[in-house]
Amino acid sequence: MAEYETFEFDVLIIGAGGAGLRAAIEASAAGVKVGLVCKSLLGKAHTVMAEGGMAAALANVDERDSWKTHFADTMRGGYYINNWRMAQLHAQQAAERVRELEAWGAVFDRTRDGKIMQRNFGGHAHPRLAHVGDRTGLEMIRTLQDHGIHQGIDVHMEFTVTRLLMDGDRVAGAFGYSRELGKFKLFKANAIVMATGGIGRAYKITSNSWEYTGEGQSLAYEAGAELIDMEFVQFHPTGMVWPPSVRGILVTEGVRGEGGILKNSDGKRFMFNDIPENYKSSTADNPDEGWRYVTKTDREARRPPELLTRDHVARCILKEVKEGRGSPHGGAFLDIAWIKEKIPDGEAHIKKKLPSMYHQFKELAGIDITQEPMEVGPTTHYVMGGIRVDGETQMSTVPGLFAAGECAAGLHGANRLGGNSLSDLVVFGKIAGESAARFAQENGSPNIPDDQVNAAVEEALAPLDSSRATDAGGAYQIQYDLQEMMQDQVGIIRQEDEMRAAVEGIEALKKRAANVAAPGNRQYNPGWHTALDLPCLLHVAEAVTRSAIERKESRGAHTREDYKEKDEKFDSVNTVLRKGPDGEMQVSLETIPEMPEELKQIIEDHR
Amino acid sequence: MTQVKFKIWRGDKESGEFKEYQTEVTEGMVVLDAIHQIQAESANDLACRWNCKAGKCGSCSAEINGMPKLMCMTRLSDMNLEDPISVEPMRAFPIMKDLVSDVSWNYRVKEKIKPFKPRKPDNADGSWNMQQKDVERVQEFRKCIECFLCQDVCHVLRDHEKHEEFIGPRFFVYSAALEMHPLDTEDRVPDLKKSQGIGYCNITKCCTKVCPEHITITDNAIIPLKERVVDEFYDPLTKLFRIFKPKRGDD
Repeated sequence: MAEYETFEFDVLIIGAGGAGLRAAIEASAAGVKVGLVCKSLLGKAHTVMAEGGMAAALANVDERDSWKTHFADTMRGGYYINNWRMAQLHAQQAAERVRELEAWGAVFDRTRDGKIMQRNFGGHAHPRLAHVGDRTGLEMIRTLQDHGIHQGIDVHMEFTVTRLLMDGDRVAGAFGYSRELGKFKLFKANAIVMATGGIGRAYKITSNSWEYTGEGQSLAYEAGAELIDMEFVQFHPTGMVWPPSVRGILVTEGVRGEGGILKNSDGKRFMFNDIPENYKSSTADNPDEGWRYVTKTDREARRPPELLTRDHVARCILKEVKEGRGSPHGGAFLDIAWIKEKIPDGEAHIKKKLPSMYHQFKELAGIDITQEPMEVGPTTHYVMGGIRVDGETQMSTVPGLFAAGECAAGLHGANRLGGNSLSDLVVFGKIAGESAARFAQENGSPNIPDDQVNAAVEEALAPLDSSRATDAGGAYQIQYDLQEMMQDQVGIIRQEDEMRAAVEGIEALKKRAANVAAPGNRQYNPGWHTALDLPCLLHVAEAVTRSAIERKESRGAHTREDYKEKDEKFDSVNTVLRKGPDGEMQVSLETIPEMPEELKQIIEDHR
Repeated sequence: MTQVKFKIWRGDKESGEFKEYQTEVTEGMVVLDAIHQIQAESANDLACRWNCKAGKCGSCSAEINGMPKLMCMTRLSDMNLEDPISVEPMRAFPIMKDLVSDVSWNYRVKEKIKPFKPRKPDNADGSWNMQQKDVERVQEFRKCIECFLCQDVCHVLRDHEKHEEFIGPRFFVYSAALEMHPLDTEDRVPDLKKSQGIGYCNITKCCTKVCPEHITITDNAIIPLKERVVDEFYDPLTKLFRIFKPKRGDD
């Protein structure tokens, strides 16, 4: 039996992006012993890539903004299947979390009167996103990291968790390997917070890094937690499409927030063609009005259609491509250079407000965005669904197991508004850290049976078994095959027969993954790491597919060719996944608890 | 389209050598794409760090044809593909495996730098007022993605191995971001002089040249910090003045 080292914590946080770091800081402040594990080096997690900003009703730019408007916008954007309590807490607490980041050293862009600047974003009624150019995520993660390293948190970097360990029904610890030397560690903990992010690596075209293999969702599910709404995968409308090696890399919505427009190959601005009914009254009907909104020169102006929600913009781009009006490489044109006609020194303005976009296109595509349009198309970006949590505490359906950030579900419903993710991380990271610390203090130390640890060791070593046959490409090839299949059959536009085929495809891939071989040893071996990521990726792929089959309607990010309309039967329904007694994935539909009158009233007031 | 040869350093902290690989290069590819292709085709266990693949996280630092660069931002079309392209790990740090070096020293250094300490909030809701022009200087430093390429190229670390007495360009930038932060009230100047070795830097600007975020490390961060050290320790008038005047957040 291979050796392992044992560590004991009151609270263990898995993942060190915005949510994990914020949870660790909060748990530590409660006076408990905190451990933090992350797959990459500290400060490199996916939060770093968030660009546009962090939504919070500070009302610094438009004093009409309030938490109530932010709440109503979030619910409308999520097609009203959000966890309304989470949407309420988020809207109420986001502003305080932004100010707290400033107190910890974050340096946001400023308004003329010296306050935190806020920008326009899709689906938000007022300029609401606190930002730093287009590198807001970097600012957030660095601030949390630089504050967090002085709080006595025990950090284990470049470490992957492969299993949660249980004491009966209660979570009791986590097991995994250090990426650098392949050494095993056992973490015993009274409470665990999952903050592992998303699942984008299950798709071929994605803005997500290698880390996004769905451990949080998958390990929680294996431990008995319920997942909800996994069919809602957000395809961000603007990813790079050319050259091939950068396909999928994110182009921030901030480009459109700063006045960028979408055009087809005829040079026509197509977003005015199709404005959804429930956004008609709040959307401009001519370019001039849109521009007055963007420049904040007319308080009565409505937002341009480029700032409609992400699901809608993605579908409009696809439609142009499908009908033969796409850009040369199968996308649409996103033009920010045109604002030079409107403002003096437009070139410098673009570079100042969108520095990393300028840099990214210049260096990776050889395109100067101050002179020419960008080619963009949809890219897998975010999963709204995930671990089902209690709105007040962020605890999952497994005692002692909490979740925050992208791996948790509820806040965003069927579609997330841009900017609501960064605020989600810190609002619910804090709540999860607080609740986990309390749980740890109120409940004693659990026990971990040896057989669970032994099984985890065996499972982790299996791919290195030299008697296993290597099929061509090994783990990498299985991952590519899965990504290809999910992209084609459970992608942006879905239909029953394709998804049924995908379920069978996933079963076949599971068999291949169960026998995958990784050449080499345990020391920093990406082939072995990829092999161990496969079970998680396959779980989340299956979860997305099975939930998507069950939701026989189109809503938000979930679009079906065979059920094109929204169906009122699903108006207040979550899809719920549980592990059945024989290990099979069970899907059911559950009605969302009724919203209190006061919240209903807020939504009515903002229609 | 074209087959290109790569010489990739394979080994660990004990020993290693360059091994030759070949892979197909297509339009728009960067060095990291080629490494991934080689990993999938012929070297499953080839170790390399990466995350965002868009120049935002600073994970994939390496030495490409001898130059410290991010693999994800180095386009192959800008290179001579006739000769083999060499890729090796950052050499100013211990090697872990293949293209991965052990950068943990950097994390230990950062913990020793005094953290941000703001003045009291200006407003009742706990917020402060700052002008854009006053934050811009600090925002330049806060663009840093901690790729540690500046540390890798710095001769004080790379050739003279002064890791115990010198914190390197990255942490001068970090200190400058704190020292010049409009709200900060801490004083890091004595540490910069005494334990962090700012005097070792002889402003050859190698760090500025390799910075993928184009931070003007030497001119905007290191030189102003050196000036503060001079002011505080060597200028008798300023020294006297400072005894009577408490330090403000910024000057």
